[in-house]
Amino acid sequence: MSFSAANAIQGMVLNPGSAAGEVIRLDEPLSFWGGYDPATGMVIDQHHPQSGVVVRQKILVLPSSRGSAGTPAGVAESIRTGHGPSAIVIGSSDVNIAIGAMVADMLYSSDTPVLAITLEETAILTTGLRVRIGRSGMIEPDGD
Amino acid sequence: MNEMVELTERDREIASGDRGEALQFAMQVVLRAASIMRAPYLIDAGFVHIDSCHYYGTAHNDFAQYFVDHGLKFEIPAWTNTVPVSLSQPEIRIDANLTTLRESRDLADLYVDLGANPVWTCAPYQLPGSPGFGEHIVGSESNAVAYFNSAVGARTNKYGDFLDVCAGLVGRVPFAGLHTDAARHGQIVFDVSRIDPGLRATEVFCHVLGHLVGGATGSRIPVIDGLPPSTTPDSLKAISAAGAASGGVALFHAAGVTPEAPDIATALGHKAPEKTVIVTSEMLRQARDSLSTASPGPLNMVALGTPHFSLTEFERLAAAFDQRPIHPDLTFYVSTSRHVANSAGDAGWIDVLEASGVNVTVDTCTYFSPAVRAAKGRVMTNSAKWAYYAPGMLDVEVAFGSLEDCVESAVAGTVVRDESIWMKGS
Repeated sequence: MSFSAANAIQGMVLNPGSAAGEVIRLDEPLSFWGGYDPATGMVIDQHHPQSGVVVRQKILVLPSSRGSAGTPAGVAESIRTGHGPSAIVIGSSDVNIAIGAMVADMLYSSDTPVLAITLEETAILTTGLRVRIGRSGMIEPDGD
Repeated sequence: MNEMVELTERDREIASGDRGEALQFAMQVVLRAASIMRAPYLIDAGFVHIDSCHYYGTAHNDFAQYFVDHGLKFEIPAWTNTVPVSLSQPEIRIDANLTTLRESRDLADLYVDLGANPVWTCAPYQLPGSPGFGEHIVGSESNAVAYFNSAVGARTNKYGDFLDVCAGLVGRVPFAGLHTDAARHGQIVFDVSRIDPGLRATEVFCHVLGHLVGGATGSRIPVIDGLPPSTTPDSLKAISAAGAASGGVALFHAAGVTPEAPDIATALGHKAPEKTVIVTSEMLRQARDSLSTASPGPLNMVALGTPHFSLTEFERLAAAFDQRPIHPDLTFYVSTSRHVANSAGDAGWIDVLEASGVNVTVDTCTYFSPAVRAAKGRVMTNSAKWAYYAPGMLDVEVAFGSLEDCVESAVAGTVVRDESIWMKGS
């Protein structure tokens, strides 16, 4: 299914914010503690099929995060360094990513939306699409 | 976004900013979590194990500094987890760059400023005054979450960084997940009754069983049937750590052993299990073998104490060495807490172990990347958790064995295992 204004996706807002940019979608869950380098925004988990991908300033779409207590710190540190994603859209509800972005936004006056959508919806948001996320959690095509 | 969470007068006062902006922010973080977890309200927590003291970048320091600058202190007892670099023996990590070393130590100081009890351990349950049965707490480190829920019967979800601190500052947690009765019933049974009783009574069996259960349980709460009533806290620690590493297990029951499982029916909440797995000797051997990646050859290092070594483990280790020296070509590390190291020292066990050539390290763990020098090559461990994580964090090959195997191997300088205990009753 292609992505058009007609089928914009309403996400559940886990952390409010707005962003626009290019989607990068990870096909497997990611650990933000150990599997991701917050200094560069690169996926470094050698077992991840997209190891080496850089998520810097992209709209990061992923199925879920691997639950490590350090996840929020990995998210916040990458936002601090400016090498983190500009938004995170997850195929499952995720307290850790939401809190990581919330704390970074408070400390560094950043604006990092975190949205939960369904796994089926993550399939629509393919790498390279340009999208716009509003504070209401609506994900729409961008750049027309 | 918080309109669904019912607040007390005190919650509301903090959330509205009447007690200052920093405490307000802490409450907002707890309420954000409550909203995402669909908790109807918050409950009092009596204890927090802080993971946010474990440095992973400057954001950790900025976060703690914010609360220190606003003069906040923890509302409830807050005990600190391990740190990447030992605070009392920083010289064992010579490779860490200076910023990491400095900021890691600064971060530890910030948590002391916030009023935390500086125990620096992943096994706070070994220390006097730790939480008891039925207490609602804030757990963070995965083995401690599993141990507190399972072996102690305290109640916690696995709370991530920042939320642990915020919950500790306001003394409240969302009433959801493992804090509720309904979420604590077992759903899948692992029946070990066909395994040789002698093997079932060993700690090494429990490491392997935890690894096996973690890999097979999925998101279900496992119930182990057939562990002897004499199963020790060290063995329950082994199941907790291994199950949390391989499968994210936050709670397990062991019928007749753990406090919420006087019998199998109670552990299951008097419902039928979704599934029963009959554990065979062959399954155990496979799980055990999957923990060893090492090729044959001389050993470079032995790593014990993941999670932190207990007093009873020190006693066993001293007895197993019986004053024999380790092979001169290898390094032998035991990780533990300051508290347990002091007690083991008072008992005389540290002196005899050091005379054998054993290094006792405190505040940290040897699989952090790398917490110690010489953490490369062929390493033997008695910890399924260490065996599971270390090959991804360090340049090592792992040989897994029992505590006694590790001692015999350290003396010999090469991997020596007592295979006989695994061969019975198959």
